[in-house]
Amino acid sequence: MRRPVLARALRALALVLALAAPAAAFEVEEQSRFGPDDAPRTLRILSTTDTVIFAPLLERFLADQPGLAIDYVVAASTEVYAALHDEAAAFDIAVSSAMDLQMKLANDGFARVHRAPGTLALPPWARWRDQLFAFAQEPVVAILSRAGFEGLPLPRTRSDLVDLMRENPDRFRGRVGTYDPNLSGAGYLFATQDARQSDTSWRLAEVMGALQPRLYAASGDMIRDLQAGRLILATNVLGSYAVPRLPPGGDGLVLEPADYTHVLLRTALIPRTAEAPDLGAAFLDFLLSPEGQRLIAAAGLPAIDEAALVAGQHLRPIRLDPGLLVFVDPLKRRRFLDEWSAAMVRD
Amino acid sequence: MKAAAVPSGSIRRRLLLSMLALAAVLSGLLYLTVRGVAARAVEATQDAVLGSAGIAIAEELRGTEDGVEIDIPYTAFSMLGAVGQDRVFYRVLIGDVTLTGYADLPLPAAPPSGLKPLFYSTTFQDETVRIAAVERAVLSDGRPVSATVLVAQTRTAAEAIAGQLANRAALLGLGVFALAALLAVVTARSVLAPVDELAEAVRRRGPQDLRPVARAVPVELAPFVTALNGFMGRLSAALSRTETFIAEAAHHIRTPLAVVRAEAEIALRQAPDDATRARMRSVIRAVDDSARSATQLLDHATVVYRTDQRTDEDLDLGELARSVTQALAPAADLKEIALDLEVGEGPLVVRGDRLLIESALRNLLDNAVKYSGPETEVRLTVAGVAGGVRVLVEDRGRGLGGSQPAALTARFRRGTNVDDIIGSGLGLTIVKEVARAQRGAFRLTDREGGGTCADLFLPAH
Repeated sequence: MRRPVLARALRALALVLALAAPAAAFEVEEQSRFGPDDAPRTLRILSTTDTVIFAPLLERFLADQPGLAIDYVVAASTEVYAALHDEAAAFDIAVSSAMDLQMKLANDGFARVHRAPGTLALPPWARWRDQLFAFAQEPVVAILSRAGFEGLPLPRTRSDLVDLMRENPDRFRGRVGTYDPNLSGAGYLFATQDARQSDTSWRLAEVMGALQPRLYAASGDMIRDLQAGRLILATNVLGSYAVPRLPPGGDGLVLEPADYTHVLLRTALIPRTAEAPDLGAAFLDFLLSPEGQRLIAAAGLPAIDEAALVAGQHLRPIRLDPGLLVFVDPLKRRRFLDEWSAAMVRD
Repeated sequence: MKAAAVPSGSIRRRLLLSMLALAAVLSGLLYLTVRGVAARAVEATQDAVLGSAGIAIAEELRGTEDGVEIDIPYTAFSMLGAVGQDRVFYRVLIGDVTLTGYADLPLPAAPPSGLKPLFYSTTFQDETVRIAAVERAVLSDGRPVSATVLVAQTRTAAEAIAGQLANRAALLGLGVFALAALLAVVTARSVLAPVDELAEAVRRRGPQDLRPVARAVPVELAPFVTALNGFMGRLSAALSRTETFIAEAAHHIRTPLAVVRAEAEIALRQAPDDATRARMRSVIRAVDDSARSATQLLDHATVVYRTDQRTDEDLDLGELARSVTQALAPAADLKEIALDLEVGEGPLVVRGDRLLIESALRNLLDNAVKYSGPETEVRLTVAGVAGGVRVLVEDRGRGLGGSQPAALTARFRRGTNVDDIIGSGLGLTIVKEVARAQRGAFRLTDREGGGTCADLFLPAH
């Protein structure tokens, strides 16, 4: 009688260890399950996008797929990268806003090739090697409080912001915010693209650095603090989060800087380690289908639209090209973060 | 009579085949060359971009007190996207130590020298990659150290472009081949045209035309034409010798016979007694028969010769029959045989050799006269029938006597009932051969009420 009990205990322990080991390796922010508990198949999605935004999409997808459930795991973009690059975590599709890290995954052979009418219909700048696919394009904006800017001319460009902050340091001190690139993959991408794009961004960083800026890990937190009056200006906020929460006519104002406004491509890839790559491919096709794109747009993520990029002359899409790999280089990353911190963080 | 040449291969085909083979080889070479050049050009393009990226990165190497630092420029990688969507790998080494990048990216077999990038292809992460290696010396803590920058890119886009260019090259090769094939056909035709023209010119010549070929021919055909002219010269000479021989033979046989006959007649007149006179008469008859036989032999020789060397013309058979009848009238009168000529109405024209047909008519009539008894009638009827003219010679002679007509027309064969009449057995043979030469028909039958009916048909054309 003792032996089976011991054996069962050992087996249970092994199971716990096996389940616990990968789960403990990368940090999960949120985990939800959609669909029936006893579904024979499960699609595992690893994503940086908040569950609330994706939920309508997931439910619509499941409606046509009886016998399918979805595990939706939300993690920071750096954790998504680490899970796939270093830990071979088994997900069927990986969705991330950190284009550079997704690019690095695809470049280093961690993504599967997928060709379908939907992916081939994407413009060439929105896919890379049939491994990495953009499904939403989001402007990177500044948000400001009308009340906070009372009596000041409304800025249009980064230079305007620099001038306003220089001339009114007391009004802005402690009330400006931006991403901390040390904490957020998207924030790092925006900061590096800014640095690449113009010298004004360094001036902006230095001026903000002198005003005791608040640093954030997520766009949602910056919007919340602006609405709460703790901030009157935040830069490099995801437009897709800001626009629905700061309605026109309210206190919060969304500014697409006229000198240049980066456009982030939210991308998906099917990991090499996927256990059900067919499910991942099916979900990707759904994302790129007219209905998927409509649901994404309804959730606040602008669908892929080349015409909009051509019409908005200030819009600068961040391109899916090997240049993105440069700032993923550890030396380059450390060097950039050192310089950024020197400009922004002053004790 | 014409013997078709036995063909052994065709110059045209041989010419065509060798020109097509040449065209195929040249097209293949063109394809390989264009493809090779295209592949090198694509590789050179990729190398240029890779080399620039490598140099751009190497220029950002900085020596500091703590060692060597590098600030990889964004454009160095971004420009690699210009070639296509290919994977990019890199590795920066200080001495043997990897500073950053993909630590397992293969190094070149020999270190690069100077400022020029070194390019090589190898396999990395299961893909063929092209690598540019750049070496630079940097000061690290005051001491110079060697730094190596490797920039690698997969070749998917380059291979796709090279593949497209190879397809174009293949199309080009095929096009050139098609054009060359067309030219080969045209060339073969124009090269062989003089041969065809010469053959046609020789073929069109009349049978008597043995003049040398005088037309201008290409140098290559000159030996052939010279040989042909020589051959025709010899043939012409041989033919004229034959004609001369026949004429001389006739002369040499007839003249002595005429002398013998004249002498015999004189002897007959001067013969003292009946026995001698009777002997002399039989000599004269024998000489006459010999002369006839000689004439027939010569006729036959002429017919055989003319059959090969005939000259066709339009002949009025009625007129011909009249002249032959006139020529034989004295012989018929001698035996008191009535020669009755009936010429039908309408055109009685056939195309044929005058000598041949004349000879046939003469022999028919001569035979009829010869084998007819005295005071009988020989009827010659010439009538137009469908497709030609029919000549009937009817006598009241002794008929075929049971012999087969076919046997009677064989050379030197005579009927079984004619031993008392001297003959060569050539007369009907001549008629039969003329009929064959003219593509006509000859039939010999017993005539109703006794005698023989010779029926010769000659076609109009």
